[in-house]
Amino acid sequence: MAAQIFAYIPHKQGTPDDAALELATAAKQMAPDAAATAVVTGTGADLDAVCSAMAKVYPAVWKIDNEALSYPNAEIIRSVLLRLLPEKALLLVPHDTFGMDLSPGLSIKMKAAFIPDVVETAPIENDELKAVRQEYGGAVSTHVVCSVAGGAVVNVRPGAFQPRESADAGGQVTDKSDDVGDVSAKRRYLETVAAEVGDVDITKEDVLVSIGRGIEDEDNIEIAEDLAKAMGAVVSCSRPIVDAKWLEKSRQVGTSGQTVKPKVYLACGISGSFQHLGGLKGNPFIVAINKNPKAPVFQVADVGIVADILDFLPELTEALE
Amino acid sequence: METALISPASATFWGIPTIIFSFLIPICGVAVFTYIIALRLAPLIRATPDARLNHYGARLLNLMKIWLLQYRHPRYMLAGVLHIALFAGFLTLGVRSISMVLLGISENFVFPGFGGILGDVYHVVKDYAATLVLLACIAAGIRRGVFKPERYAVPPRYGRDHTGEALFVLGLISTLMVTEGLFDASAAAAQLQQGAGGAYPAPASLAWFFTVAMRHASLETLQPLHLAAYYLHDLTFFFFLCFLPLGKHFHVITSIFNVFFMRLDRGNIKPVRHGVGDDRLDALESFGVKKLEDFTWKHILDFYTCADCGRCSDNCPANTVKRPLSPRFITIKGRDLTYKNYPLYPYGATFRKSEPLIGTIYEEDEIWSCTTCGACEQECPLGIEYIDKIVDLRRGMVEEGAVPQSLQKPLGALEKRGNPWGKMEKKRADWVKTLPETEPVKILDKKNRADTLYFVDSISSYDDRMQSIARATALLLKAAGVDFGILGKAEKDSGHEVRRFGEEMLFQDLKDRNTAAIAASGAGRIITADPHAFNALKHDYKDIPPVEHISQFLARAVKSGALSMTSLAEDREKVYTYHDPCYLGRHNDVYDDPRAVLDAVPGLKRVEMARCRDRSFCCGGGGLMLFYEPEEEQRMGVLRVEMADQAGANIIVTACPFCLVNIEDAIKVAGLEGKMAAIDLAELVEAHLNGSKQQREVEYGNSGLC
Amino acid sequence: MEILVCVKRVPDTAENEIAVNRDGSDIERDDLVYSVNEWDNYAVEEAIRLRDEKGGSVTVVSVGDEESEEVVRREMAMGADKGVLLSDDAFEGADGRGVASLLKAAAEKGAYDLILTGAQADDGAGQVGGMLAAMLDLPYASLVNSIEVVDDRRLKVGREVEGGNQEMNAIEMPCVLSIQTGINEPRYVGIRGIRKVASVEIPVYDAAALGVAAEAAGGAGAAVKRLDYFVPALGDGAEMLEGSTEEIVEKLIEMLKAKGGIK
Repeated sequence: MAAQIFAYIPHKQGTPDDAALELATAAKQMAPDAAATAVVTGTGADLDAVCSAMAKVYPAVWKIDNEALSYPNAEIIRSVLLRLLPEKALLLVPHDTFGMDLSPGLSIKMKAAFIPDVVETAPIENDELKAVRQEYGGAVSTHVVCSVAGGAVVNVRPGAFQPRESADAGGQVTDKSDDVGDVSAKRRYLETVAAEVGDVDITKEDVLVSIGRGIEDEDNIEIAEDLAKAMGAVVSCSRPIVDAKWLEKSRQVGTSGQTVKPKVYLACGISGSFQHLGGLKGNPFIVAINKNPKAPVFQVADVGIVADILDFLPELTEALE
Repeated sequence: METALISPASATFWGIPTIIFSFLIPICGVAVFTYIIALRLAPLIRATPDARLNHYGARLLNLMKIWLLQYRHPRYMLAGVLHIALFAGFLTLGVRSISMVLLGISENFVFPGFGGILGDVYHVVKDYAATLVLLACIAAGIRRGVFKPERYAVPPRYGRDHTGEALFVLGLISTLMVTEGLFDASAAAAQLQQGAGGAYPAPASLAWFFTVAMRHASLETLQPLHLAAYYLHDLTFFFFLCFLPLGKHFHVITSIFNVFFMRLDRGNIKPVRHGVGDDRLDALESFGVKKLEDFTWKHILDFYTCADCGRCSDNCPANTVKRPLSPRFITIKGRDLTYKNYPLYPYGATFRKSEPLIGTIYEEDEIWSCTTCGACEQECPLGIEYIDKIVDLRRGMVEEGAVPQSLQKPLGALEKRGNPWGKMEKKRADWVKTLPETEPVKILDKKNRADTLYFVDSISSYDDRMQSIARATALLLKAAGVDFGILGKAEKDSGHEVRRFGEEMLFQDLKDRNTAAIAASGAGRIITADPHAFNALKHDYKDIPPVEHISQFLARAVKSGALSMTSLAEDREKVYTYHDPCYLGRHNDVYDDPRAVLDAVPGLKRVEMARCRDRSFCCGGGGLMLFYEPEEEQRMGVLRVEMADQAGANIIVTACPFCLVNIEDAIKVAGLEGKMAAIDLAELVEAHLNGSKQQREVEYGNSGLC
Repeated sequence: MEILVCVKRVPDTAENEIAVNRDGSDIERDDLVYSVNEWDNYAVEEAIRLRDEKGGSVTVVSVGDEESEEVVRREMAMGADKGVLLSDDAFEGADGRGVASLLKAAAEKGAYDLILTGAQADDGAGQVGGMLAAMLDLPYASLVNSIEVVDDRRLKVGREVEGGNQEMNAIEMPCVLSIQTGINEPRYVGIRGIRKVASVEIPVYDAAALGVAAEAAGGAGAAVKRLDYFVPALGDGAEMLEGSTEEIVEKLIEMLKAKGGIK
């Protein structure tokens, strides 16, 4: 196939996000014979560090250096990519908060197709890309197909693909900074307000007792806290608990919450939406306890127990004491 | 009766005939009083209508019982007795008070009919009455001023303490008694000095003591004392009269009306607007109470009538767990706003424009915190109503969209799926599948008919734990040989809390659909195990067959022998107590039937909690209240479980699925698992039945991990 | 401030059990209840607040069949001033880009300072807002969880980003924003509210009225086509523990100890 594959590389403070390596895998799956180009925007030493790291994974790297790109502003980066990418390019972007911001509009400007939040792909055949998406909060999956003859932007779900091992891809870093063009935009980044730290930093904990909707009532959280105390663990939660204001945001595990890397993770009354599991990194031992035997969490857990957490957790606590 | 002293009608003061004052004081007093009353009537006239001019017989009976005989007062014994003394004294002294005023104008005035023997008897009685009143005032004053009982306290958020006002009025009343006594005593003393006999007031009465003290005082002392006592009495009397409508003592005047017009029915909720039928609700401009004049005239009269006694708040479970609700202050704040908006001073001032109540005198959470348990209304000695006001305020908030997020989901689910959990309609009758195959339950439709309809309602249909109540009820009905069926997926939530949380139109929708389903079923009577459904079907629904609660059915069945129970081994260590659900007990007077059922179980030991029957303490609320997230220091259920513990019980029996949910939860939260358990009446009876089908299904206190 | 809010009628995930239908062509729709997309509802509430603060009007627009009218009406009962339905048989099967092009045509019929969409809907794509902005050539910000009006021309918006942090941006109007849940507390809309607006007119625009080529907008013009719906085979999944509660608890404690879960 003639079109070129590009992967937009998200990074923070000189370190590429995990998703950067996952995109390489996805690119390989879609176009096994093509050489994917990593596209890195930013400025200064951080940018250089990321480009070097990506050169070990991608056969080609574009370095786009500009002061205006020091913080990834999707409005600016969209117009920059539009100028730099060739026609009919296939661009992979992680489906994170930046990707959600950037890609839909970019696909329109590129007059290309857009597939959001892809979890599986197949090799492109006859300019057609087949992929798998999820709908209805992950309840069902769907096979989709899209012509990429005119180019495409594909957002890839973080964590859905294995990260490509860093080898020596011998990637050439090409400096594209001169072709950046106009970096003005009608949206200006001001600052990032950090989430309140809260009393506990769950990202540093080894063992987490995590609660979801199954806890049913704010007063029942005590049951989880008792268990956490008996285990020497800490209580964390999924988004609905924070939305209901039963626990602080700092306790939320998920893509819009904290990313945690515990050794052991008890998912209590959590259905297992990808946004929640997206905050769970490393390879923890996951124990899922849920009333519903069909809960998606049982797919990713190591051990599963079908039970009502309001009954089970106190039993577990008692046995430990 | 000739007096040795010059009466006020004939005296002069510095050359001015004092009779002028005898006219002036009453005339001014009455004029001011009339003005104040007119201004107090103004908001009543501008308020919304209320349908109270009916059932005069029943109203008269209420008046006799609650107003005249002060039936509710002894629920707080000391305060009750003191008040009965004051009230009885006041009524008795009514004739004397009028006579006193007129004696200043016509010195020989005798009240019509009180000429002969009646007058003599009255003359003695009134002296004792006045003495009793004074003693009661002193006792009350010491109680208020020195001992300061808890329920009179005013939390800082509600303003200044009210003790000053209370003591002031006690002072005024005491002044009236003392001056009246001095007036008589001074005349009697003078008469005695002149050798006239029979002048002594009733022995050992206040006036008698005064007379003895003044026996030998000179006429130069007695005469001015006589006049001063008279005019001080007159002034105090009219001052007091005008002071009454300014504060909590307005109840002296309004109580007779408020009790006469008090609520007759229990368990029901006032219509959105009296006089507007359900079918014409859509045409109404506005629902509920948003500003002061949206209340009915009776509700504003309630505000006037509050005596600030605090009995309502003292019994309010929400107040006890420190939710931001105190019924007493709902009324006091309403009263103060009414006074403020219809100012007395300056004369002719325009009425203030009414502002929304929520956000000014009331807070949203304050109004959502009420579980509608009815303890406040049960307690109030003046017939003040609360539930209708709370519901009306909620109707107003619902219309403005100000519904807490925690309630919006279940309301949406009720609208879409007919139950607050949003579970599918077609699964409503799935619980029957959990019964043994030998015990099928009929789902009523064109082909399957039965005379009795078992209305299950949402929680017993869908909740894993509460389905056991539905199963037990079904098995009991079968065992008693009743031909019954359920509506299945045609049944919608009864809408009981939907209405009480102010979503009237959604309630109407649920009611219409259920009514049609009930009619289509062809049933001639309805039984339910859910007191909320029971109350809704009985009081909120119209034109449906008669409905009763399972405990009533069981009481009859157990008495007639249709159901017989045996004792169980484990009962030996159990001490049972019965918790009266609000909507079975207080709202519907069903107290004895459940107890009769329990007492019919051989070998069952039962104790009563201190708060039982109409003083039962709400478990925390049912229906939508399960979803609301209140601000509170404790759970009501936890307090209730502790009450059971204090009564020496280790099993709490209740006859309501919501009570069971709340109490079972509370047992866990209170850390009493294994030491205390809860069970439903139907479950208990079924487990004790001779030949029980589900003998060991209910493990006491275990909600079943199956 | 003239505000346009795009809303969608979707199956209510909370009160439904979503399953694939027999032939895998769609989800099982027989027993589904529908309502307005939750994110869109937050957007309408935000629009109403901005209007109440700054004046102007709120228009709600939806692309769908005639049943979508109930959703437009509900948002009007909530407080939106006007409602518009974009409906035509030809729009059937439109993908995100198709829907965005229809909304673009509707937006161009008015002069809006602010266009809001929900951050995502039932298909979890979250694409319509961004596409609409690009088509209209307006600045865009997604996952907005706070909006502050700076002046006639500028807003200060917060975006919800990873880690629960908030990215603050200054954006020029007119602009398009996609709204994240939790930005406010939407007011309740009851049956009575909806009945009150029962007779308000909601104009329906078809392809001709919008001036769009019918074939381009509908399923025929869709770039991304769904082949089927399926539920992935459970695969390995978790080792399910069986037995009595005591047995399970015992086994679990053993496993937890082995993995360092108990200190």
